Amino acid sequence: MRASWLTLIRGLILLGFIGLLEVLCAYGVIDTLTMQPPHRIVTDLVRLLASGAFNRAIVRTLSNAMIATAMAIIVGVTAATLIHRVRGLREALDLLFSTWYAVPILAFYPLLIVIFGLTSLPSIMIGFMQGFVAVIVTTLDGLDRVPRVLRKLARTQHMTALETAWLITLPAAAPWLLSGVKLAIAFSIIGVVASEFLMAREGMGFEISYAYNNFDNARMYPLIVLVIVFSVSVNAVLLRWEARLARRRGLKP
Amino acid sequence: MSHRIHLALVLLGVVVLWEGLFLYAGEEALRSPMVTLQATAKLMATELFWSQFRETARAFAFALTIAVAGGISLGVWLGFHRLSGDLFVPVLIGFASIPKVVLYPLVLLAFGLGLPAKVAFGAMFGIPPIALSTIGAVANIRPVLIKLGRVLGLGTIAMARVVLVPAVLPEIMTGLRLGFSVTLIGTILGEMFAARQGLGYLLMTAIGLHDVALIMSLTFVLTTLAVCASAVLLTVDRRLRRRF
Repeated sequence: MRASWLTLIRGLILLGFIGLLEVLCAYGVIDTLTMQPPHRIVTDLVRLLASGAFNRAIVRTLSNAMIATAMAIIVGVTAATLIHRVRGLREALDLLFSTWYAVPILAFYPLLIVIFGLTSLPSIMIGFMQGFVAVIVTTLDGLDRVPRVLRKLARTQHMTALETAWLITLPAAAPWLLSGVKLAIAFSIIGVVASEFLMAREGMGFEISYAYNNFDNARMYPLIVLVIVFSVSVNAVLLRWEARLARRRGLKP
Repeated sequence: MSHRIHLALVLLGVVVLWEGLFLYAGEEALRSPMVTLQATAKLMATELFWSQFRETARAFAFALTIAVAGGISLGVWLGFHRLSGDLFVPVLIGFASIPKVVLYPLVLLAFGLGLPAKVAFGAMFGIPPIALSTIGAVANIRPVLIKLGRVLGLGTIAMARVVLVPAVLPEIMTGLRLGFSVTLIGTILGEMFAARQGLGYLLMTAIGLHDVALIMSLTFVLTTLAVCASAVLLTVDRRLRRRF
């Protein structure tokens, strides 16, 4: 079936679901203390966004997620480039990489607060820790697939290690690097918002937990919708971007 | 043999890093590896720890059962039924990308304080990775295997037993490994807010009391538990891949 049809049907199912919630709210099956009807959430969201009440929180969360992503990419790519050069190191670290995502990273948040204080740094660190191993693994994957002839070319041209990395290996490994970047962005948003929700002074996650603790439904539901819409659309854009790059390289039909 | 050396090296690296962090941050913020081990041993000798541990284990067992059963059946459905897959896989990927903690208030409103909320929270974390890896596994079944099964005239059950399950099992194991740890963290997070019992609740009180030793011991126990479970699943995973 054509992609546009599928999108249409998905949209209709979503609308149907929202309609159902609307009806349930209208007939009092879900009382308004529990949840406001969807149209109220949307109008509240528009009103709050227009008033600029969330601007600070949005800016805080976005900049933290961006710092975490940048750190994950810089540290991840550098580490992977080094690890790729030392054979034994890689085999030893493979074990760490394959168990990294089994570590409950968010459980370290309280410790990070104790170490760094209740600033932005602990949530940036959580975002970074979620992302950087994915960057290392995908970068290593990409470096493995650099054609040998390109490496030989670098050697015949007497390139330094830095030149080789910059001119030969990193461009050749670009599609894999980009899928690492995609993961870093997605993971750091999750990490930052989740840690803000746990304990923080500002940010979107904090605003949700604050509104929740004050039974402020008029703020809480619009914020939840905002976070969902934001993370889903960022993810959708990244997926599309990745697919396009892969197609250009002939990696995917 | 070299595998053991690598393991030892990684462990050594972790301890060195930890010790270094301790020297940087100081007694006020952290405990050294040795002191944490001692505190953990002392904690594990108390009845309080085990009563909370049982509470968490119970919630986690329910959550994991739901996550595995739900994730695999969702994955099989979306993997085999083409139209449903085309329609709902993007929805599932979208759901996986949401920071699920923010849905916490909704879960609490739906289930109230206590065990059901913790279980729902854990399952919500665990279902997407398990379902996505199952879908991937189903999509990667080599068509020639299914054809072979048809040629041999296998019935539905025989087909599933001889062809389909062995083909998808290794990749599903990878999803289970990830699913295990995210279900655990989901359950713990649920306890941090929605419960008056469990290790997550203990962690929350430790934060409130600024009890660094307790925070570190609990983090240590949870991490060790998750890593050991993952190591066991990884071994099973590798064995399965070698067998099939």
